[in-house]
Amino acid sequence: MSRETMINATLAVGLLAVAVGAQAAGWTFTVTLATKVAILALAGVGLNVALGFGGLVSFGHAAFFGIGGYAAGILASHAMLYEPVLTWPVEIEGTRAMPAIWLMAIAASGLAALVIGALSLRTRGVFFIMITLAFAQMIYYFAISWPAYGGEDGLSLGMRNTFPGLDTLDPLSFFAICYVLLMIVLGLSALLHRSRFGMALGAARQNPERLKSLGIDPTRVLLTACVLSAMVTGLAGALYADLNRFVSPAMLSWQTSGEIMIFVILGGVGRLFGPLAGAALYIVLEHSLGGVSEHWQFLLGLILLLVVLFARGGLVGVIAGERRHG
Amino acid sequence: MAEPVLEIRGLCKQFGALRASDNVDFDLLPGEVHALIGPNGAGKSTLIKQIAGEIMPDVGVIRFAGRDVTGLNAVARARMGLARSFQVSSVCGEFTVLQNVMLAVQGRLRRSYRFFRPALSDRRLTDPARAAIARVGLSQREGVRAGDLSHGERRALEIALALALKPKVFLLDEPMAGMGPEGARSLTGLLDGLRHEAPILLVEHDMEAVFALADRISVLVYGRIIATGTVAEIQNDAAVRAAYLGEEEAR
Repeated sequence: MSRETMINATLAVGLLAVAVGAQAAGWTFTVTLATKVAILALAGVGLNVALGFGGLVSFGHAAFFGIGGYAAGILASHAMLYEPVLTWPVEIEGTRAMPAIWLMAIAASGLAALVIGALSLRTRGVFFIMITLAFAQMIYYFAISWPAYGGEDGLSLGMRNTFPGLDTLDPLSFFAICYVLLMIVLGLSALLHRSRFGMALGAARQNPERLKSLGIDPTRVLLTACVLSAMVTGLAGALYADLNRFVSPAMLSWQTSGEIMIFVILGGVGRLFGPLAGAALYIVLEHSLGGVSEHWQFLLGLILLLVVLFARGGLVGVIAGERRHG
Repeated sequence: MAEPVLEIRGLCKQFGALRASDNVDFDLLPGEVHALIGPNGAGKSTLIKQIAGEIMPDVGVIRFAGRDVTGLNAVARARMGLARSFQVSSVCGEFTVLQNVMLAVQGRLRRSYRFFRPALSDRRLTDPARAAIARVGLSQREGVRAGDLSHGERRALEIALALALKPKVFLLDEPMAGMGPEGARSLTGLLDGLRHEAPILLVEHDMEAVFALADRISVLVYGRIIATGTVAEIQNDAAVRAAYLGEEEAR
């Protein structure tokens, strides 16, 4: 077993142990924090597909996180009022069932990424960063100015949505749902990384001109990666809405995009479990230092600076050493 | 005469005041090695890029495998069977030799949108890739990161990538660039074997290699083809000697 595999296993088991232990001790708030780590890590795993594997610095992933959140909020609020979300061209009923909500969140964020990606991928580098940011900001201001779903005040979900056979209001049950989804997506992400598509994606990052000369269109590969990436982050958004039982435009703000990017960079860009390490460190810092000083983000900034300057492989990279290929 | 695989007519490309391609006509016949030589800045690389579809000509027609491909992009032309190697080795440095060549196989099979199965255990990719690697003599190095290869090994990897595409035409842009005499000789032997798979358009500065390999030579000077002929014809062409070969003999 390589050192990185051991770190990954430790992270996975560690998060589970924290949640189960806290539940046993009756610290429900800690269970909620562990759930938050799992959800934010999932959002980061999504971004990592575009940023880590494909080298696409998207500064607009809040758009997909928020779209996933609003998908959950809108479907749930319609279910409460017994009003269909859409009657034309297809009738979409509101629902409180998580699996249906997840599918809608994944579909909606994937569709948004298809449009945003197709337009953004006409550019690369710093222009790509700016154009993804611009799209996310457009959606943010749209959400603020759309009174039907709460506008600036956001939208309350009331009860938590349901999952067959589980009491989702029980903190550990909801944690289990998020944790299992995170592990499934991490597994899929590992498969993707080693697959033919993963190889083409890595080549699109390293040498797009060469990829073209081999008859593979890098732009199509990157667009596919954008869509997959957004689907995962959208799913995380739906879970986040359920965690807080509330959706607001803050989920769509550029700060959220920045935070998701921080998870990935802290943990290690392109490292499979990097987003989990990054999200865990972020939440630990926020809650250990946030109580001491409201300027805890100063320290976060310092750590981020150190990682970028001295440890490009992030936390996972520092412990696991040089990345192994193949 | 056999139908040319690659046929270029009246190609013009101008960068500002510089005529990089000036009414270029060029044919590549089945089974031949057609070398393109000329002094630095003559427009050889610009011509290769236009044939590969990386830059578009201002005027002119490029026909490949019986089809007008002038409007097609580089990806479409590669899929039609145009394999090019780069003057400066262009590989994926983080990938191993094997992975680089597997990518070429994957491009040829046009099956890149597979998301679950590990590529490294997919024999439809690894078998043809290993065969191409063996041809260029890199079998011992298949697990080495391309970025860690020596210059000569990277040149060989370039050839393996082209081989793995099983192309209809090889466009080789200075395959000998930066090779020592020993390496150049072994590469010449390797290229000599390639001609049986597909015709080669060879851009090269190494005259020894050109004279050993080429069936025909075209000489490009200031964007114009000033002569096309057999090795003997080109060696005895007064205009060519004045413009190009003479410079070397004068030393």
